[in-house]
Amino acid sequence: MRVALFVTCVNDTLYPHTGRAVVTLLERLGVAVDFPLAQSCCGQVQFNTGYRRETRPLARRYADVFAGYEYVVTPSGSCAAMVRDNYPRLGEPAAAAVAPRTYELTEFLTDVLKVTDVGAYYPYTVTYHPTCHGLRMLGLGDRPRQLLTHVKGLTLRELEGADECCGFGGTFALKNPAVSAAMGADKARHVEESGAQAVCAADNSCLMHIGGTLARRGSPVRPVHIAEILASTEGDVR
Amino acid sequence: MSSRETILARVRAATRDAAGTPEPAVPRDYLRVHGDRSPAESVDLLAENLADYRALVHRTDTGGLPGLLARLFAERGTRTLLVPDGLPPAWTAAVDADRVPDRAASTARELDAVDSVLTGCALAVAETGTLVLDAGPGQGRRRITLIPDHHVCVVRVPEQVVDSLPQAMERLDPARPLTWISGPSATSDIELDRVEGVHGPRTLEVVLATV
Amino acid sequence: MTGAREGERARAPRTFLGMPRTRPAAFPQAAVAATEDATLRGNLTHATHTIRGKRAAAVAELPDWDRLRAAGAAIKDDTLRHLDRYLEQLEAAVTAAGGHVHWAVDAAEANAIVTRLVRETGADEVVKVKSMATQEIGLNEALAEAGIRAYETDLAELIVQLGDDLPSHILVPAIHKNRGEIRDIFRDRMADWGRPAPAGLGDRPAELAEAARLHLREKFLGAKVAVSGANFMVAESGTMVVLESEGNGRMCLTLPETLISVVGIEKVVPTWRDLEVFLQLLPRSSTAERMNPYTSTWSGPAEDDGPRDFHLVLLDNGRTDTLSDQVGRQALRCIRCSACLNVCPVYERAGGHAYGSAYPGPIGAILTPQLRGTASALDASLPYASTLCGACYEVCPVAIDIPEVLVHLRTRVAEGGTYTVRGTKAVIKPAKGHAAERAAMRAARWTMDRPRAYGAALRATTGTRRLHPRRLPGPGKAWSATRDLPPVPQEPFRAWWRRTRGAGS
Repeated sequence: MRVALFVTCVNDTLYPHTGRAVVTLLERLGVAVDFPLAQSCCGQVQFNTGYRRETRPLARRYADVFAGYEYVVTPSGSCAAMVRDNYPRLGEPAAAAVAPRTYELTEFLTDVLKVTDVGAYYPYTVTYHPTCHGLRMLGLGDRPRQLLTHVKGLTLRELEGADECCGFGGTFALKNPAVSAAMGADKARHVEESGAQAVCAADNSCLMHIGGTLARRGSPVRPVHIAEILASTEGDVR
Repeated sequence: MSSRETILARVRAATRDAAGTPEPAVPRDYLRVHGDRSPAESVDLLAENLADYRALVHRTDTGGLPGLLARLFAERGTRTLLVPDGLPPAWTAAVDADRVPDRAASTARELDAVDSVLTGCALAVAETGTLVLDAGPGQGRRRITLIPDHHVCVVRVPEQVVDSLPQAMERLDPARPLTWISGPSATSDIELDRVEGVHGPRTLEVVLATV
Repeated sequence: MTGAREGERARAPRTFLGMPRTRPAAFPQAAVAATEDATLRGNLTHATHTIRGKRAAAVAELPDWDRLRAAGAAIKDDTLRHLDRYLEQLEAAVTAAGGHVHWAVDAAEANAIVTRLVRETGADEVVKVKSMATQEIGLNEALAEAGIRAYETDLAELIVQLGDDLPSHILVPAIHKNRGEIRDIFRDRMADWGRPAPAGLGDRPAELAEAARLHLREKFLGAKVAVSGANFMVAESGTMVVLESEGNGRMCLTLPETLISVVGIEKVVPTWRDLEVFLQLLPRSSTAERMNPYTSTWSGPAEDDGPRDFHLVLLDNGRTDTLSDQVGRQALRCIRCSACLNVCPVYERAGGHAYGSAYPGPIGAILTPQLRGTASALDASLPYASTLCGACYEVCPVAIDIPEVLVHLRTRVAEGGTYTVRGTKAVIKPAKGHAAERAAMRAARWTMDRPRAYGAALRATTGTRRLHPRRLPGPGKAWSATRDLPPVPQEPFRAWWRRTRGAGS
């Protein structure tokens, strides 16, 4: 099987190790990965901030770049949700056509590859934050948790108020910093109270917010993308 | 143009896009009733749900009804009892209290001085623990079950009990003034926590009488 | 009435509307105070979390909830699609039942109608059932200007009125006050409005409810005119429906001689049978009850039972403008349950007052900018008062896709366009104050749509990684005041791919 990786602009710029983890993981599972270099950004920030006109060229680009692929896999719940839920609302037929072939990483693993044990090893306590767009727009349900519970060495800790938004919300974090920070502080407190060594999610944007808040509080809990946990094997951990 | 015409014209302009598009059907595949119950089970559920919202529930049969009512009003210390027209006289035969009729001329302040009110009902809904009064015989004007602090309502079971809201709507006449009562008055206005007893009767007693 | 009136202080009620005194702050600024008020945060968290779990349990009792929800949405959509027909049918049925129907294009007209109707009775005071429509139009203030005193009788509305405060929640307008604060308001202010609070009043909710009972009873028993809203109006039978809990509604609806109901035109439903859907959806979503304690329905004045005169004031006030927006019109399905407020993480932190309208929370963020327009800084900021987390949509009993409408309204603010304003098509310009953002969005799109430029930008970012601070000056402070920035990596993902895999795919 051959898939295209849509790494997302945030991961490309700030979290390349997440993209590398997706490649490592998928190739370990026997999937050939393409990375079309003409890809850039899904346009979520523009769309969600009200700049629909600025979104359309990016959606058309996405449709062009990924037109030939049966599966486009992305390690971001919100970018996957942007493509799947919002591209059909843009009045761009090509973008609407590629929408249903776009998969968030964990749903690609469980629904298409039909694996829950990806042979990972991660000897740490972890708590999982289900990001809003993954939870409510994509309906990921317990897929990520199923994958995590099969990781050897990993101890999963419950997160109080797990399904509550962390307060990131794209430009919300800049437009409404007081409320965003208050939400982030509550999320960070719950993460700390879980007793986990790492907080994991399927979206680095939310983790940037949660992790940035934790770091500012001097917390030792580190943010880690679920792809990096699933890619990790005994050889990686010394 | 009158405001009526202005608003209607605006509505028509606003909905012009729908013209010619297919008329979507309202899906009515929701349940008519939640569960398969015998009449006795429906009565049990009614009793359970009434009690859950702090109504005091009593059960009796036709023969026991006068004695039970006499006891309830005696225990309450009822000296004056509002009795609407059309209430079976046998119900109150043994009650030791002054009868106050339900009259259009009575003022709200006069009703405020009455200790208790006794009524029947139009029907009761088991799934929600609701009594519905429709101002018919034995139920009186709407205000009589509102101002006195103690309301005793007799439900003839199982005939007056329906299971669900859809069943209730079928049996009720919208032309009549209806009062739906689910437990004594209550409020959630302080910290979103439920407290029973505000302006309506603080004590609601329901007698389920087998006929 | 008693001698209490002499002691009453003349005070114009506060309102969200017609406030020439100060221009309301935009949502982000208004929310700052709330996030810093520990008591308020505690009150809101406690109350919203209490009701969340209860609502979930009440909804879980009905296995057909999703089907009821779909039916509720479809009935409302059908109503809106043929609203002209249903309003005419309603008018005919109410009139046939002996009621009087009035039409009000806007708040001013509705207030003038109610004021005239009250004056015609000779009364100088009215009792009120809690009503969102009369909050929206600022009726109490309009009546006060005409020398008519309006007494709020819902417990939470009473708390707000006595405290010279503004409502902050649709169902529980005094949700921002805890029991101790309510006790203080009752103790200090009840005497100004009528019967004083009992001596030694404590802060147990049951005691506070008892104090309200005693205080309001004299108002109910002597009232000549009542003003209400309605939860539903049935077109085919001319039936009005009011759901409530305390009995204050029944007092107002049955004791006075004259009843005036002010109701938004979208509150009509076609048939009596349709209520079987909404009477299941509303109580469970709102107070998390199988059924609220009292529901009253009436079709015109009943003979010898309740008010002799019944007036229905049908209110537009921006609703037809909302109806003309094909995406935004779904907001008119709203049955004012407030479930979306109770699950909203933004509402929980910002509180209701920051929304600057009778409709706070997620529904307010899509309703207010449609009813009032997006001209003011506050109204233009409301569509952005959300992280788009979707919790509101999930609990909405009539399936209003609030995130979809929020984004749609953001487009109206950011890009402008042609919209209906007071019944007339108008071109709305892009909002002021978004110029820098617009330029940034355009620049980002320009770069992202050009692989060479994008690649260069990525290289520039990683190439200067040692220069990137963890905290930012200027506008970036909005982020880095409370959050560290992530370190910039050595190379972007695509550089790694090129380096290890060649030119790629």
